[in-house]
Amino acid sequence: MFFYLIRRILYAIPIALAVGFFCFMLVQIAPGDPINAIVPADAPGDVVEQVRRDYGLDKPLPIQFGLWLMKVVQGDLGRSLATGRSVWSDLSGAIMNTLRLALVASVAGFVMGCVLGGLAGTFRGSFVDRAAVGVAVAGVSVPHYWLGMVMVVIFSVQLNWLPAMGAGPGGSSDWAWDWEHMQHLVLPAVTLAVIPMGIVTRTVRGIIAEIMSQEFVTALRGKGLTRGRIFVHVVKNAAPNALAVMGLQLGYLMGGSILVETVFSWPGTGLLLNNAIFQRDLPVLQGTILVLAMFFVTLNLCVDLMQTALDPRIKRA
Amino acid sequence: MSATTPTAAEAELALQAKQTVTRSKGYWAGVLKRLRRDPLTILCGLVLLLMLLAIVFAPLLAPHEPFQGSMIRRLKGIGTPNYPLGTDELGRDMLTRLLYGGRLSWFMGITPVVLAFFIGTVLGVLAGFAGGKINMAIMRTTDVFYAFPSVLLAVAISGALGAGIMNAILALTLVFIPPIIRVAESVTTGVRNLDFVDAARASGASAFTIVRVHVLGNVLGPIFVYATSLISVCMIVASGLSFLGLGTKPPEPEWGLMLNTLRTAIYVQPWVAVLPGVCIFVTSICFNLLSDGLRQAMDVKA
Repeated sequence: MFFYLIRRILYAIPIALAVGFFCFMLVQIAPGDPINAIVPADAPGDVVEQVRRDYGLDKPLPIQFGLWLMKVVQGDLGRSLATGRSVWSDLSGAIMNTLRLALVASVAGFVMGCVLGGLAGTFRGSFVDRAAVGVAVAGVSVPHYWLGMVMVVIFSVQLNWLPAMGAGPGGSSDWAWDWEHMQHLVLPAVTLAVIPMGIVTRTVRGIIAEIMSQEFVTALRGKGLTRGRIFVHVVKNAAPNALAVMGLQLGYLMGGSILVETVFSWPGTGLLLNNAIFQRDLPVLQGTILVLAMFFVTLNLCVDLMQTALDPRIKRA
Repeated sequence: MSATTPTAAEAELALQAKQTVTRSKGYWAGVLKRLRRDPLTILCGLVLLLMLLAIVFAPLLAPHEPFQGSMIRRLKGIGTPNYPLGTDELGRDMLTRLLYGGRLSWFMGITPVVLAFFIGTVLGVLAGFAGGKINMAIMRTTDVFYAFPSVLLAVAISGALGAGIMNAILALTLVFIPPIIRVAESVTTGVRNLDFVDAARASGASAFTIVRVHVLGNVLGPIFVYATSLISVCMIVASGLSFLGLGTKPPEPEWGLMLNTLRTAIYVQPWVAVLPGVCIFVTSICFNLLSDGLRQAMDVKA
């Protein structure tokens, strides 16, 4: 068990390094000279050469990667071409906004998915089961950026209940947990929650159905336990897997919310990425992707460790 | 022994050949029979077939020119005479553009999965069959790509490469190769340890023959079914890339791009503006259900 933990943590290091290398290569595979990611296109030639030497861009690729890695580890992600500010200063605020949105969405999706999936798994073949399966399939097949637009059409344009844009009144960027701000969160969070809801419903339905068919449930029933007591046992067995799925979904939403954030002009990493793509601001693109991917790697690790801790049956050597 | 009476070995061979023929025919007949009893899958297949025909014959079916706009008939509603699905923000007929737009959306939704299917199967079968260091190299590289959420990976690659259909297809292919490798590797590893592979090896078959005759026949089905389930995701992500301005460029019609350019129109003609998304949704859900139906009919686990 202890060695498993150590090995799992050590295994994350090469993955993180490879992810770093991939992000480093993003600027290299971009058309044009990587120097364009540092100096504006209209800079004079001798300045370009000076910067090239300063940044070590005249050195071989592996050494460049090493230099870049040293900077990144120290928290220096470079400077934005568009604003001239350091990438991290824009990114830190955006990450919090995205995390807030993804967290609310994945919790909402998880709760709805557990209820739907639990009902469907318990009452296999009933009307509830078929409805839940339908909702789950629709949830994973819907283009969520479109769903966001439909939400805006219904709740903002037609009914005028909720705001369609931004993260606070008057485009303010300071967040507070009051209704003024939270009403901005409702539509994007519900839109984003649809994907984890579909996936959690499918997973939980499968897990519950599998557990219900196991012998120990028959034994419990034979002992005369009530439905409620049996349910507690089933939940105990299903929880580690369901929680693991939810943990991964949070990571997927962090990275996948770019489209929904664009629809709702939510000032998170998605909007940052979108602007970076639009302005071909490669340092911002690279930095944002690196931080999101590192978050995902860490989350993967945490989910694995948590699953091992929660489920005593997993005795990994 | 006379020439007319077959030897025992020949008789055995003939019997085996007969058995394999009837058995493989029986398998596909069973698949068809199970498919026929599944009305939902048939319905999805029909809807997709109709859509495919509609976009292939778009030049014949479309009532107007896809690029011809007019400032005086911008953003007409659904049900306008001559323009049954209204017009877009530049006065172009929506029905026409939806028909033409499907071509690119389908192309961008299916091509990456087909490419990833071939590349992923080759690499996955190689990793599963060769094992050892080759397996390590391929599977650990796959792990790196799993460290990115799929949408983020697609956006990262095509964002760095720049807008364009080819770049988007390249990015999406790279996104879908790792999951196909994982499935191919796991089914191949399962098949590799079965008795008939040992028997083939003992009878002197080369590794290439074993893979071609014994392994591929058993692993292609599950990988294919898995790949069909990816088309739905690919369609959504591909249109999403265009929605971000990373796939097609205007004025080319494509469902995701149309959705993006019509975003400004949601206060004027909300129901026209969401039409391209309906097309993406219907296609994606049909591919998803079709894949589920195929999985059940072909009795594929995992």
